[in-house]
Amino acid sequence: MKSVSKSLLASALVASGIALTSGAYAQAIKVAKIVELSGGGTTAGTMYRNGARLAFNEINAAGGIMGRKVEIAEMDTQSQPAVAKAMTVKSIDDKTDVIFGPVFSGSILVSMTESQRAGIPNFTGGEAANLTQQGNPFLFRSSFSQSMGMPKVANYLANDLKVKSVAVIFINNDFGKGGRDAIVKELGARSIKVAADISTDPGQVDYSSAVLRAKQANADALFAYLNEEESARLLRELRKQGFDKPIVGETTIMGAKVIELAGNAANGVRGHVGLTVDAPIPAIQQFAQKFEREFKAKSDHNGIKGYFSAYAYKAAVEKAKTTDGKAVAAALRNSCFNTKTNPGILLDVCFDANGDIDRESFLVEVKDGKQTVIATLPPLVKR
Amino acid sequence: MIDFFQLLISGIATGSIYAMAALGFTLLWQASGTINFAQGEFVMLPAFSMLIAMAVGLPLWAAFVVALIVSVLVLGMAFKRFIVDPMRASGVISIVVATLGLSIGLKSVVKAGYSAEPHPFPSVFGDEVFKLAGVTISYSDVGALLFAGLMVVGLQLFLNKTLTGRAMQAVAQNTFSAEALGINVKRMIFYTFAINAILVTVTALLITPTYLAKFDMGDNIGLKAFFAAIIGGFNNSRGALLGGVIVGVLENLVGAYITPSYKDGVALALFLAVILVKPDGLLGTPAERKV
Repeated sequence: MKSVSKSLLASALVASGIALTSGAYAQAIKVAKIVELSGGGTTAGTMYRNGARLAFNEINAAGGIMGRKVEIAEMDTQSQPAVAKAMTVKSIDDKTDVIFGPVFSGSILVSMTESQRAGIPNFTGGEAANLTQQGNPFLFRSSFSQSMGMPKVANYLANDLKVKSVAVIFINNDFGKGGRDAIVKELGARSIKVAADISTDPGQVDYSSAVLRAKQANADALFAYLNEEESARLLRELRKQGFDKPIVGETTIMGAKVIELAGNAANGVRGHVGLTVDAPIPAIQQFAQKFEREFKAKSDHNGIKGYFSAYAYKAAVEKAKTTDGKAVAAALRNSCFNTKTNPGILLDVCFDANGDIDRESFLVEVKDGKQTVIATLPPLVKR
Repeated sequence: MIDFFQLLISGIATGSIYAMAALGFTLLWQASGTINFAQGEFVMLPAFSMLIAMAVGLPLWAAFVVALIVSVLVLGMAFKRFIVDPMRASGVISIVVATLGLSIGLKSVVKAGYSAEPHPFPSVFGDEVFKLAGVTISYSDVGALLFAGLMVVGLQLFLNKTLTGRAMQAVAQNTFSAEALGINVKRMIFYTFAINAILVTVTALLITPTYLAKFDMGDNIGLKAFFAAIIGGFNNSRGALLGGVIVGVLENLVGAYITPSYKDGVALALFLAVILVKPDGLLGTPAERKV
């Protein structure tokens, strides 16, 4: 009798344990953040991770998504596409509901085939134009693609700076090559000559010869398109060699981390940014304050991307009324979300059928170590 | 021609920084048979020591002094006492493996403690430029050149003109004879490690504004310094200087006149050429095999 009651007690304990465990985890929405936390993409990945972390902390504190808490797993791609793919497979095995990242275009290009196969929505910070041209219905951007950002840069060069020739310096990876191809195409369409086409390597530390070649080209302006660390080193070298032509870029080179790393050398750089914490928009400025308070660092565009992605997912789940991957993806495609009902997305945004986004963007110039918004540009498509 | 001179000056400045790290390689090898594959991380560590010191409010010069003391204690004394000394009896391969492990360990510790993100580092000479005969020259290049030059000349004078320096050279040439002459061999070897610690700290001060303070910043500098030391001659201090300057200048010229993509391959190509044509390096002397 004694042994029977012991068995019953043990069974009851095990059963209640299983019930408690399965109950808790069935309720939680599983989120995988697969980002660059080491290697060449550390700056971008860490910012994206922190932005998303801030958003999910807020979401959980406010009761979760449809009453369900969010359970987060953070993984490091080491800035390597193969690792990014392996981490994506692991998160799918762990039954994740949604994937955020990677940020690097080369990594998401490889890893997104796995999330597509599993039917899991995958937000990315990647900006290479070809990402959303692969016919992947589960991929969603958190920033402009190069094919949407570069026309704005080219317009600025042609109409505002009125340049006739441009020297292009780009980083030789998927991000840089995609940007280089997009800007060269747009410059050609505006009859602006590419006076020098200079390739640099990821992780490169010395830009003396690249800058010298740009100077030798004697172009009216320089267009630079590199990742954060490399941008900072390039700017320092440009200053060191007394480069005195306008330096123009798209998003990265005017990022907060680049300004921090390059110091005074960043002053005077101008161009187009899809997202900036210096935008004259109260919601973005509130985000910037929260981010700085939480992480003791100023957010760059990647921090906003991470924050936006989390809230865009929340909006989509609430619209679909389920976390089912296919339903959430369908709720995002060809849909617009506004800040009145979803304040966390910071700017009114529309996703098209490919997962590309459209929203307001900004022309900025770095002055006294700070981005200064020169003009706010409307969305490309009027709705 | 103006461009050429600009490249030359910038290359000599960068090369002189490589030379200091390379000089550390050759000194350690000559004095104790140590090939230090953590030399790049030995440059990274003082950079972070200075960052930490500045974070608590010290000015750059004071942070540099703190880093010098920390380097001599950790990268000089502790490195010799706890890694090189126990390994010396096991031969050079054991030391190579140990320093490779040390390199990975140091990177991991800094990454864990200070994140994998790059950090800005102030330039001791500022970032202003001036023009001389049409050539744009930065104060940081001139400063690096002068600072490195002073370090190297000072070291050469110390080694050649002082009793301690000559004793160190005697130990480097023949340990047993030096001991028989009454030279305190252990102390002389420690001095060599201390000098290497000072060299890497100065290298960190000069190169970190360009490289940015990051846990893996030593990968490149360590490799370049090793190649420079081999090119110049691993058993000759002046060879390390020559190797460093050759690598720095050629990298710049190849990057500008051929393609920046081949720039990082210059040191490797030179290294291979020298190994094939003159295995002891440009200024090195053939090592006699003891039987």
